[in-house]
Amino acid sequence: MAAIQISNIKKSYGSLQALGGVSLDIEEGEFFGLLGPNGAGKTSLISIVAGLSKADSGQVRVLGHDVVTDYRMARKLLGVVPQELVFDPFFTVRETLRIQSGYFGIRNNDSWIDEVMHNLDLTDKADENMRALSGGMKRRVLVAQALVHKPPVIVLDEPTAGVDVELRQTLWNFVKRLNREGHAVVLTTHYLEEAQALCERIAMLKAGQVVALDSTRELLRRNAGAELVLSLAGGELPTTLQPLLVQAEPLATRNVYTLRLNSFDEVEGILTAVRRSGASIEHLQLNEVDLEDVFIDIMGGK
Amino acid sequence: MVGFQTLLHKEFLRFWKVATQTIAAPIVTALLYLMIFGHVLEGRVEVYPGVGYTSFLVPGLIMMSVLQNAFANSSSSLIQSKITGNLVFVLLPPLSHWEMFLAYLMAAVMRGLMVGVGVLLVTVWFVDLHLYSPLWILAFALLGAAILGTMGIVAGIWADKFDQLAAFQNFLIMPATFLSGVFYSIHSLPDVWQKVSHANPFFYMIDGFRYGFFGQSDVAPWLSFFIVLCFFTLLGGVALQLLKRGYKLRH
Repeated sequence: MAAIQISNIKKSYGSLQALGGVSLDIEEGEFFGLLGPNGAGKTSLISIVAGLSKADSGQVRVLGHDVVTDYRMARKLLGVVPQELVFDPFFTVRETLRIQSGYFGIRNNDSWIDEVMHNLDLTDKADENMRALSGGMKRRVLVAQALVHKPPVIVLDEPTAGVDVELRQTLWNFVKRLNREGHAVVLTTHYLEEAQALCERIAMLKAGQVVALDSTRELLRRNAGAELVLSLAGGELPTTLQPLLVQAEPLATRNVYTLRLNSFDEVEGILTAVRRSGASIEHLQLNEVDLEDVFIDIMGGK
Repeated sequence: MVGFQTLLHKEFLRFWKVATQTIAAPIVTALLYLMIFGHVLEGRVEVYPGVGYTSFLVPGLIMMSVLQNAFANSSSSLIQSKITGNLVFVLLPPLSHWEMFLAYLMAAVMRGLMVGVGVLLVTVWFVDLHLYSPLWILAFALLGAAILGTMGIVAGIWADKFDQLAAFQNFLIMPATFLSGVFYSIHSLPDVWQKVSHANPFFYMIDGFRYGFFGQSDVAPWLSFFIVLCFFTLLGGVALQLLKRGYKLRH
């Protein structure tokens, strides 16, 4: 059964179409990335999954439970970290987490609350009022609030936007642990290296449509083609290599060429051709494609 | 059930943690009204035979405090949570519209009654009050607080900004309370205004409540009770529908 099954979700705000028929399945135990530029519809989609917003048409199920008709079960199974940094100024961290547990029907949740606080480095702040916390600390509490009921499906909407390295590492270590223990994780982020490192599968949204949906490995492979950057001292690029040229940068002392590689086997041929032309290679660098290149490629509409 | 209890507890703590502002301040305000109006009008106005003006005024002031604070509680809680965004903590969990309605309602009733009891306790030193029928007093206090608590829920859901809520409060709730006979019996009004007052549901809350103290009222308590009960049922239905549909809460 899919952790989250999204079927043909459409949503418009007035004349603006936020989601134009989005369908995707996120499997149980999966670490899934939902990527796209601002305004692509990521948060709209998450809001519909979380029941914060209603779709114009289509259906979302969380572990088989419809988020509208069977919302109580669906919400019990879901833990959502909202993107906005919100808090209730009347309470301390511990009170906040106890109250959130109660909303999910859980009493006496202190041992799990302690564990979550420990894992998010919040233990020192347990009895501080929410108002007194820094932005990064408030973000940790938001994450903790989403986890009080040990949801099998966790949704993180840009959890690392504007937070320091330390929190990112703390957060990812904990989330990775939860994922290993079987929790499905859905992540939206603008930090593509994070998505590349963490997510097994990725969907890319653009203007309310899914424009790519595949395993991270496959996305990287399909859009592969590394780049070879050559600095030539004395001499120009042989004409036979011109078709591979991506960018040429003539400098005073040397010429820098960026060539597209369709496979690594081509390197040998390129080097041979350069040597034969009499140019000498001053420096050479191999750039592997990363998720950012893939993202730009796909969003660029190619 | 635990979800509902938690939300109720949280709503209780929300006003209890700032009790100086939410409980003590309205009690002081009511006391000021009593001292000023009592001083000016005692001995000049006799609304019911044998009942001094200050004594007449006390139940009206208590009820006014109950109503205004019940309204203030649910409406300010909702609008604050909406504007700061932390309503999301209540919208994400599996709370039903019934649980949300009852929790916000009961917290509002609690605050209204606490202020009401407070006003009663401080004014009892100044006037000779008899409690003709404590049951009627309690029934009207409960229903009045419930009605205003529900109106607060509706207003809190409807308003997008603080000034919209203030408009609701100043142009609807305040006139309706002040013109319902808190400070006078509507029998002292010209005919037309008596008829207008009969269309104001707040009039029946205060009239019935006052009956509980003096055994005298402008209309029979059972009629007032019936009208007030109908009004609450109607408003409660509206509030539940809004919560169920997620009006202005789930876009």
